[in-house]
Amino acid sequence: MFVTKSIYEVIYVSIVLENVSKRFDNDPETLTDISAEIQTGEFFVIVGPSGSGKSTLLRMIAGLGSISGGEIKINGRVVNDLAPKDRKLSMVFQSYALYPFLNVWNNVAFGLNARKIAKVDINDRVAKALDMVGLTEFKDRKPRELSGGQRQRVALARAVADDSNICLMDEPLSNLDAQLRIKMRQEIYNLQRKLGLTLIYVTHDQVEAMTMADHIMVLNDRLVQQIGTPSEIYQEPANEFVAQFFGTPQINLLPAVKTAGSQTSLDITADFALNLNQSIPATEVKVGIRPNDLTITDSSELNANAVVDNIEYLGDETIVYATLNSGSAVRVLVAGQANFRSYQPVQIGANGKVMLFDSKGQRLHLAKEAMSYA
Amino acid sequence: MTFTKQSPWQKTLSYAALIILTIVVLGPFLIGLWTSFLPTMDIAKGNFFSTALSFNNYISAFTKTPILRYLGNSLLISTVTMFAQLFFCSMAAYAFVFLKFKFRNLLFGLFLVTMMLPFEAEIIPNFQTVKSLGLLNGYGVMIIPFLTSAFGVFMLRQSFKQMPAELKEAADIEGLNHFQFYGKIVLPYNRISLLTLAAYSFLGSWNEYLWPMLTTFSNNFRPIQNGLRQLQSEETFNDWGMIQASAAIVVIPTLIVLFVGQHYFKSGMNEGAVK
Repeated sequence: MFVTKSIYEVIYVSIVLENVSKRFDNDPETLTDISAEIQTGEFFVIVGPSGSGKSTLLRMIAGLGSISGGEIKINGRVVNDLAPKDRKLSMVFQSYALYPFLNVWNNVAFGLNARKIAKVDINDRVAKALDMVGLTEFKDRKPRELSGGQRQRVALARAVADDSNICLMDEPLSNLDAQLRIKMRQEIYNLQRKLGLTLIYVTHDQVEAMTMADHIMVLNDRLVQQIGTPSEIYQEPANEFVAQFFGTPQINLLPAVKTAGSQTSLDITADFALNLNQSIPATEVKVGIRPNDLTITDSSELNANAVVDNIEYLGDETIVYATLNSGSAVRVLVAGQANFRSYQPVQIGANGKVMLFDSKGQRLHLAKEAMSYA
Repeated sequence: MTFTKQSPWQKTLSYAALIILTIVVLGPFLIGLWTSFLPTMDIAKGNFFSTALSFNNYISAFTKTPILRYLGNSLLISTVTMFAQLFFCSMAAYAFVFLKFKFRNLLFGLFLVTMMLPFEAEIIPNFQTVKSLGLLNGYGVMIIPFLTSAFGVFMLRQSFKQMPAELKEAADIEGLNHFQFYGKIVLPYNRISLLTLAAYSFLGSWNEYLWPMLTTFSNNFRPIQNGLRQLQSEETFNDWGMIQASAAIVVIPTLIVLFVGQHYFKSGMNEGAVK
């Protein structure tokens, strides 16, 4: 925001990852073949469970960890061997990394001072940055005199005051309580939009990823599982892992076989069949159905295909946990307050969107969106 | 820690124990201080409850003996030693924590080994060395062997190691070089450890006795502890009142260092760096 850049750089891609891999000494690879393009000015979220290597990847982009294979390009320049400071980016750490002996103002000005920028410029930038995060009146406080959220804001201001357009954030909200997390989520999002920052944000929280990202990279098991917009990731997950990782309550994944003598029908259990709107390309599949696409109705014991285990009442909706006669557990999301009780026999059906996965957990590509009708 | 409510009896007992221990510990100190105000005649007669208190002993200590010179010597030696130790120990500790080089751990092990020998055991070779260097009977002989200390390096290394790794990473991203990181972050962050080391090395040097006794022979360079001994041995008639007054003067810097230090040795100064 403070430096004019050529049109070329502004319009095009900021960061390119090409077959990046990471291997620590004597360990199997932590990351394999990571490729991605991050557009200038986009909010890019890297999400994955703990140990998926997402922080490792971020540290490689920042230059804090070495790159074992592949290339990272920032603004068209290969940065593999470039020191962190020469990559022109800022970073917000999970633990904030504030300097406890400096007040808020000096914490924000610290990096600028170290780079010997003109005093007037520094004052201007720090004032702007503090104003942006709403900490102007706290500028003389030490970090220990601030609350968690305020400390987090100082860390944000420090990243914002920097003239780099690329900002990396490593789980910046995970030390905050739930309420504050939602508030800071919005603040970070607004800040990113206002400044046009290219933001790479690492989190393990699928909700943070869904709510803030322009694009999400899902990492698991050393590999990129999928890159896409939040709606693509949710609606069209590339595999079972992605389908399970996004959405609460979790998607139902049920093994099924093609009904003998039919091209369009699947048996989940002997008494739970799905009729699809198209022919099914494999005989053995896993069916993924979001909990809100399942139906549940009270039933006589004779016609029931499942038994209710327990019920979670969330206010405007209810999650019903049930076990199919085959033994698979299912989650059903029912609007309003549903009247079910434990051990109640029920009839579960699917009426809506379904996803099919092959035996390796990969999504089966179908001619059109698969729908099930009762 | 849990604080359980004590019965009045227990309280009385524990306070009685504390008071007795206080008297045992502070007694000699207080007697020394008291006698420094008494005329020597009264001390010699054992008349400890004399009322003829005066500052005469202090005045004669300053006017009749080279105690000021001794104090000046000690102050110079201790101050130089203190700053030198702060500088060299922090630099060495920084290298052991933040720089990567071959044999780093081996080298640090060697540092530790030197801590395992008491200084007294090294006195003869050390004496030979400084003698060959021609340093005897000067300030150098009391400063140069103590410019750095393995203990100081060890203590600061532990302290530096406990700094959050993110601070170094943030500094890397902001483009600080090693000297900037050392001066602007490591030193201020570890100021409590540095103050501790400063107090420790100043007092250690101030209270040094054996080494100066062996290596200095003239009043020009003699530090205060040896000066005191000198006063006692030079006087044919021991002026105990004056010697006590000198001893009281000698303790003053120690008390100042401890009182000033106490103010800084508060915990929680680094709170808020992370989390």
